[in-house]
Amino acid sequence: MAKKQVDGEGLDIPDRIHALPVRRTGPVVAGVIVALLAAMLAQGLVTNPRFEWNIVWKYLFNENVLEGIGYTLLLTVISMVVAIILSVILAIMRKSINPVLRGVSWFFIWFFRGTPVYTQLVFWGLFSVLVPKLSLGIPFTSVSFWSIDSSTIITAFNAAWIGLALNEAAYLSEIVRAGLEAVDPGQTEAAKALGMKRSLIMRRIILPQAMRIIIPPTGNETIGMLKTTSLVLAVPFTLELQFATNAIANRIYKPIPLLLVACIWYLFITSILMVIQSRLEKHFGKGFEARSIVTEDNGDELDGPVAVSETKKDRIARGNNVKMIGLNA
Amino acid sequence: MSEQATTQTAPQQGQHTMPAVEAIGVHKAFGRLHVLKGIDMTVMPGTVTVILGPSGSGKSTFLRLINQLETLTGGEIRVDGEMIGFKKVEHKGQEVLQTLNDKEIAAQRSKLGMVFQRFNLFPHMTALENVMEAPVHVKHMGKSEARELAVAELQRVGLGQRLDYYPSQLSGGQQQRVAIARALAMKPEIMLFDEPTSALDPELVGEVLSVMRQLADEGMTMIVVTHEIGFAREVADQVVFMDGGVVVEHGGPEIIDHPNEPRFKDFLQHVL
Ligand SMILES: Nc1ncnc2c1ncn2[C@@H]1O[C@H](COP(=O)(O)OP(=O)(O)O)[C@@H](O)[C@H]1O
Ligand SMILES: [Mg+2]
Repeated sequence: MAKKQVDGEGLDIPDRIHALPVRRTGPVVAGVIVALLAAMLAQGLVTNPRFEWNIVWKYLFNENVLEGIGYTLLLTVISMVVAIILSVILAIMRKSINPVLRGVSWFFIWFFRGTPVYTQLVFWGLFSVLVPKLSLGIPFTSVSFWSIDSSTIITAFNAAWIGLALNEAAYLSEIVRAGLEAVDPGQTEAAKALGMKRSLIMRRIILPQAMRIIIPPTGNETIGMLKTTSLVLAVPFTLELQFATNAIANRIYKPIPLLLVACIWYLFITSILMVIQSRLEKHFGKGFEARSIVTEDNGDELDGPVAVSETKKDRIARGNNVKMIGLNA
Repeated sequence: MSEQATTQTAPQQGQHTMPAVEAIGVHKAFGRLHVLKGIDMTVMPGTVTVILGPSGSGKSTFLRLINQLETLTGGEIRVDGEMIGFKKVEHKGQEVLQTLNDKEIAAQRSKLGMVFQRFNLFPHMTALENVMEAPVHVKHMGKSEARELAVAELQRVGLGQRLDYYPSQLSGGQQQRVAIARALAMKPEIMLFDEPTSALDPELVGEVLSVMRQLADEGMTMIVVTHEIGFAREVADQVVFMDGGVVVEHGGPEIIDHPNEPRFKDFLQHVL
């Protein structure tokens, strides 16, 4: 966290005011109450024998648990990456001038948002039973260019991330659409007037600005996805964190400590995701902060010298950073 | 005498000089709202045309038609003698108009630069990046060459020291000058200005007008919608007064001080 700068530091201001801050009792009272509650909670957690911290500790870095974390992360990352790409495509299709693309996008969102993700996962798990062969050909004829056994493609792991990604894409595409629509139409007009084509305008002008609006809810969705991965037992895919800890708990008849193990790991991963989100928000927030940052006014004559001094550039960059930190604690 | 508003003072107006922009019986309707009702206008190369008129008279719509941000409903607009927005094709033995595709429209737009009332700078890019954007991604100019060009254009509008500032860190007047530099970087033949100073604090209007005046002195063809009567009087070669979707009066800048039409007189009394 950058240190707070005092207004007018280093300037010669006559009768500078050095006033005491407002006396606020709220933070003190709240601080005491929270500290007391936290102490009670900590004491309860640590001393309560039913939590069995020795077992928590023993299994925290258990091989199966670590493998479960690996798969949970893998599923989260793959399905979110696929979902994000797909959702941007869906959102752009939704706003296309081509009515067929609009219709396809609408149908996709309608279907995958409208049915429970658990059910979708069951279906993806049964895919190779329901559709034994995947083939490319002309419908209602015997013409087939290519075909393959479903079971070799739709493995349990693939079924798991496909199911999660398709469902998530439907939700995300609405978030992306809201982001795209929040960008001032004047931006598109200015870009058109500069001779930019639709696809270029989307990529260079609209999407980067929409990202600002898209990222916070997408961070939310990612953290949600982290936990939704536990539903893949519907496929069934049984190697992720929740299932792994559950299996151990059933084996040793100790459900509570293993739930704690899972919680600790989920919290740990969530914290990392929040840091990443905050970084992304800072990146895409460039240029959107209040204009209080650069205040000194010089060199704005109608043919001033060219170069911007390094120091000023640095100062602007620093100012920009300061504004974005802490938005997201 | 035709109804066309023709420039009298065009410097290089030879017998056969082609108009930079020519509007012939231009109509525009939004749904059932008939906004432009037969606009004729001729703008010769190297001249400045100022369009005056009350709010809602269709001035912006007219500029946006020239730049194809709106589609023509009737009539014809020519830029450098080329019909914009449509091409003539043979269809069932008859000659009909066909709408141009995106690429063809982009090509026609490349002759025109436009400056908007609300600047419309790209907020996620610095002043320099704003100006470099189109040269790099539309003209596929190299980064270093584009940078040089952008620096030169920003210096030209007096912002050589603001290269790395984001729009949010610039005053309104500075933002509008960046917007002008951004348009100029594409080397347009004609510049369209839609109330470029209307969103500015009064003390910032002068800096933008002085950049525009400089541009006019350099011989840029300009069509300017503005309420700055002083600018019109000093810089315009042609003044057009629009009201209710038609050209009510047009002529040299002297018509500002000697208007004929009562509606124009009335308007001037309110603006001055
Ligand atoms: N995209 C649009 N859809 C519907 N009506 C419009 C649109 N653009 C402009 N208009 C209408 O056209 C008329 C002229 O607008 P405009 O050209 O902006 O006038 P001016 O620039 O002279 O103030 C106004 O009544 C306005 O409401
Ligand atoms: Mg207007």
